[in-house]
Amino acid sequence: MIVEKVENYLKRIQDKKHLNAFLEVFSEESIQRANQLEKKIHNGESVGKLCGTVVAVKDNIAIKDKKLTCGSKILENFTSLYNATVIEKLLAEDAIIIGKTNLDEFAMGSSNENSAFGIVKNPYDEKRVPGGSSGGSAVAVASEMCDVALGSDTGGSIRQPAAFCGVYGLKPTYGRVSRFGLVAFASSFDCIGLIARDSISLAKTLNVISGYDLKDSTSSNQKVPEYDSIIQNLPKDNITFGVPVEFFNDGLQSDIKNKIFEIIEFLKSNSFQILEISLPHIKYSIADYYLLTTAEASSNLSRYDGVKYGSRIELPQSIKDLYTQTRDEYFGNEVKRRIMLGTFVLSAGYYDAYYLKAQKVRRLIQNDFIDAFNKVDFIISPTTPTTAFKIGEKTDNPLSMYLSDIYTTSANLAGLPAINIPIGFDSNKLPIGMQLMANFFKEDLLLQMSYFIENNFNKNKLGN
Amino acid sequence: MRFEAVIGLEIHAQLLTESKLFCGCSTKFGNPPNTNICPVCMGHPGVLPILNKKAVEFTIRMGLATSCTINKYSIFARKNYFYPDLPKGYQISQYELPLCSNGYLEIEHQNQRKKIRINRIHLEEDAGKSIHDQGNFTLLDFNRCGVPLIEIVTAPDIQTPEEAGIFLSEIRQIVKYLGICDGNMEEGSLRCDANVSIREAGSNILGTKTEVKNMNSIKNVVDALKYEIERQIEIVSSGGRIIQQTLLWNADKQIIEPMRTKEESHDYRYFPEPDLPIVEVNEEWLNVIRENLPELPSIRKERMKSQYNIPDYDIEILTTEKEFADYFEETAKFTDDYKSISNWFMTEILKILNEQKISIKEFPIKPEYLGELIKLINNQTISGKIAKEVFNEMLVEPGSPSEIIKEKNLIQISDEKIIEEIVQKVIESNQKQVQQYLEGKDKVFAHFVGQVMRETKGKANPSLVNKILKEKLDNLRK
Ligand SMILES: [Zn+2]
Repeated sequence: MIVEKVENYLKRIQDKKHLNAFLEVFSEESIQRANQLEKKIHNGESVGKLCGTVVAVKDNIAIKDKKLTCGSKILENFTSLYNATVIEKLLAEDAIIIGKTNLDEFAMGSSNENSAFGIVKNPYDEKRVPGGSSGGSAVAVASEMCDVALGSDTGGSIRQPAAFCGVYGLKPTYGRVSRFGLVAFASSFDCIGLIARDSISLAKTLNVISGYDLKDSTSSNQKVPEYDSIIQNLPKDNITFGVPVEFFNDGLQSDIKNKIFEIIEFLKSNSFQILEISLPHIKYSIADYYLLTTAEASSNLSRYDGVKYGSRIELPQSIKDLYTQTRDEYFGNEVKRRIMLGTFVLSAGYYDAYYLKAQKVRRLIQNDFIDAFNKVDFIISPTTPTTAFKIGEKTDNPLSMYLSDIYTTSANLAGLPAINIPIGFDSNKLPIGMQLMANFFKEDLLLQMSYFIENNFNKNKLGN
Repeated sequence: MRFEAVIGLEIHAQLLTESKLFCGCSTKFGNPPNTNICPVCMGHPGVLPILNKKAVEFTIRMGLATSCTINKYSIFARKNYFYPDLPKGYQISQYELPLCSNGYLEIEHQNQRKKIRINRIHLEEDAGKSIHDQGNFTLLDFNRCGVPLIEIVTAPDIQTPEEAGIFLSEIRQIVKYLGICDGNMEEGSLRCDANVSIREAGSNILGTKTEVKNMNSIKNVVDALKYEIERQIEIVSSGGRIIQQTLLWNADKQIIEPMRTKEESHDYRYFPEPDLPIVEVNEEWLNVIRENLPELPSIRKERMKSQYNIPDYDIEILTTEKEFADYFEETAKFTDDYKSISNWFMTEILKILNEQKISIKEFPIKPEYLGELIKLINNQTISGKIAKEVFNEMLVEPGSPSEIIKEKNLIQISDEKIIEEIVQKVIESNQKQVQQYLEGKDKVFAHFVGQVMRETKGKANPSLVNKILKEKLDNLRK
C-alpha cells in the first residue's frame, strides 16, 4: 500500500505540474524505497516511526547527491555532498523523500515570486500566490502531493504559505531542530519546520526531526517529548489565551478579523480564558526583522562568489570582476536588495545606529513575550493580514510585501514556537489561518491545541 | 631632533591541534593540496562550525603564560571580506570579548627588565593559500583553511628593533614550551607583523604608523624594523610626512616595499557569529588548564639551576629550546654527573645538530645511552678517548654503549701488571727518547704515552699509564 500511495502522489505531482511546486521529483527512487519498505513489513522486520511517510523537502535543505538550488541561479547546478541532519533522521525512520520543493530565492520572500525557477501557484486560485518562502512545500501538502513537507521559517516562511494554502504549519522553537544542512539566510532566525494536512502528522514528524545535534552548536539539548502520543492530552484547566491589542489594527482584512473573533468565542465556550494583552515593542518587529536578517544574510551569502562551486561568469578579467559579475548575473533582485541593505547595516559608522540598536530592540521584543507568557499560555493572532494576494500584486512594492509578515516575524525575533491553523475561508473562498504562539519549547502545547481546534472547531465548521 | 620608535607587534601562532578549529579535518602540514578539506571548511551551503575545545584550551594556556585575564565569557565574530582563499567570505575570529586580555611579558635587554603589555590574545581560523604566478591563473590550496591561529597583540611598548626581536623570541620559546605551536617562522606557523611609528624622544604623541609584514624570521623582524625606523626618521627629518600604509619586507634585497594596494581600506563589518554560542570558561576548567600548564622557560631555568647545580651559563644554553632541556633532564635520570651531561651536550651534541642540521628530536643517541656512557667513563670502564669513539659509533649504529664496548672489545686496561709490561717494552724499544728524557727534555714524555696507547689500541687507563711511566722513567734518572 506504500507503493500505491507514492504512485498516487507522483501522479498528483504530474497532473498539477503547472502549479510548479516541485523543482525536482525523485520518482524512481521513492517507488523503489516504497517497495523496500513493503518488503520489510512483509518480512516482519522492524520499521521506523515514519515508515512510508512521504515527505517533500524545501530546496534549501541539503540531501546528499541531490541538487541544492535554493531557488537561485547561482546554485542552479550545485549538488550537495552531504545530508542535513533532519534528512538523516527522516531516512533513519524510514520516511520516503519524494522531491525538492520550490521556494523564494534563498528563502527571501513572501509570495514565491522570487524563485529563479518560476512562480508557484496557489491551488485555491491559480492567479494567486501560495505565500512564501516555503510556497512549494505548502502547495505540495495542500494539493496532496505528499504527506508532510519540510520548510524553513525565518520570519514566517512556513506559517504564511500554510495560511495561504489552508494547511497546518509549525515553526518550532529556535534550537529545537538542527539547522545543519539548512542553507543559511539569517542564522539566528532560521528554523526548519513542518507543513501537513493535520496536526498529528506534524507531531509525528516533529518527534523524529527534533533534538540536540553535535553539528549545530545552537541546537538545544532540551528533552524531546513524544509529541504524537501526548497530542490528545490537552490540559483543559487554567489555559489562557492572550489577545495582543496591537495585532488587531486597520491593516487586517475584515473576514480574517471576524474569523479570529469567531474562534475566540469558540474557545471561550470551551472554558478557556481569554485575556487582552499588550506587546508594546511589537510595532518595531518588521523594521527590526529586516535590519537584522539582512545583516546576517549579507554575510551568509558572501560564500556564493563563483570561486569554489556554483555558477561562475565566463572569462572574468580580474578577481573583482569574477565576484561582481558572477553575483550580479546569478543573484535575483530581492536577494541583491537584501545583501545591499545588510551590508549597509553592518558598515562602519552605521553599525551602532542600526545593527546594535536593532539587537537591543530584539531583546525588548523578547522581553515583551517573556512578560506575556508569565500571564498566558498562548498568544492568538491572525497568521497574515490578508488572504492570498494576486500574483504580481506586490512585486513592485517590496514594503507592502514585507508587511505580509507582520504577525509572523516576532516569533523569529524572540525564538518562540508558533503554528498556523487553518480555520476557514474568506468571501473569495481563500483559506484563512490563525497563528498560535507559545512559550519556548512548548511545541507539545501548540500541537495539543491545534489538534483540539482541528477536531472540535474545523471538523464541525469546515465542510471542506 | 632625537627620535624614538614606537612599536607594537601582532603575532599569529598556528596551534598544534590535531584537527581544524571548526571541523574534523586534519591540520597536518605538507599533504597534497586540497586533501585536508570537507564541506565545513570549504564553506558549502548549509554547514555550521563546531568549536574545537582543544584550541580554546591552547589559547588559554598562552593567556595564562602571559599573565592575561582569561575572560569568563568570550564571543566569536565574523570578519567579512572577499578573498578567494577565504571560502565563506568571512573569517571566524574574535573582536569584542577575546578569550584573553590585559597580560604582559617581561623581557630582559642590556641587563634591564622591561614589561611589554599584551592587549589581547584571541582565537581565529586561518585562511587557505593562494598560489599566484601560474600563468593567467591563481591556484588555491585550502588545506590550511580553518587551522586554528591565536593572535597576540601587544601594546606599543616596544622601543627598539632589538627589543622586538627579544620579545618575539620569548614568545616563540613560550609557545614551544607550552606545546601549542611549533614556532617555525620559516614555514609560517609563527608569523609577526609590526606597527611602527616614530616620535620626538620623550614625547607622548603617537606618530602616523605603518604596518610591516612578511618578516619570516626573528632576524628579518629586527632588520626590517631597523630599516623602517630609519626610513621614517629620514622622511620626517627632511620635512616629509609618513603615509599610513602596509609595507612588505624584502629580505633578499634588504628593503621595504609598499604592498600593491589594489585593495581599498577594508571595512570588515564585524558582527557576532550567530552560529556559535558564547564561549564560557568556567573556574573549574580554568583550574584544570592551570594545573596542567607545562613548565614555562623562566620557571624551568630556576628549577634546573637549583636541582642540578651546574653553571648558569650551561642552564641558559640548555633551556633555549624546550627539547634541549628535556634531553638534559632525561639523561640526568641515568647519571648524576650533571656537569658531564652538560659538557657533552654543549660540545658534542650541539656540534652535531649544527653540522647535520637536525633537531634534538632527530638526534640518534638516546638520553639513556648518553647517561650510561658517562657512567662508564666515571667508573673507569672506558677512557674519555674511547668514550668519544663509542659516542661516534652510537651516532651511526644506535645501541647501548656497553654493548658497543663489549662488541668492539674496548674495555679499559686497568691492570697495573699488564700496563707495567707494556711500559717496560716501550722504554726498551725507544732508547733514543729515553736518552733525551734523561737529558731533561720532559716533552718526550707524551711520546711514551702515545706509544703505550698505540700498543693497547687506546684501551690503557691513561692515569695509570701516566703514573707507571713516570715511576719507571724517574727511576732511570736516579
Ligand atoms: Zn574541514
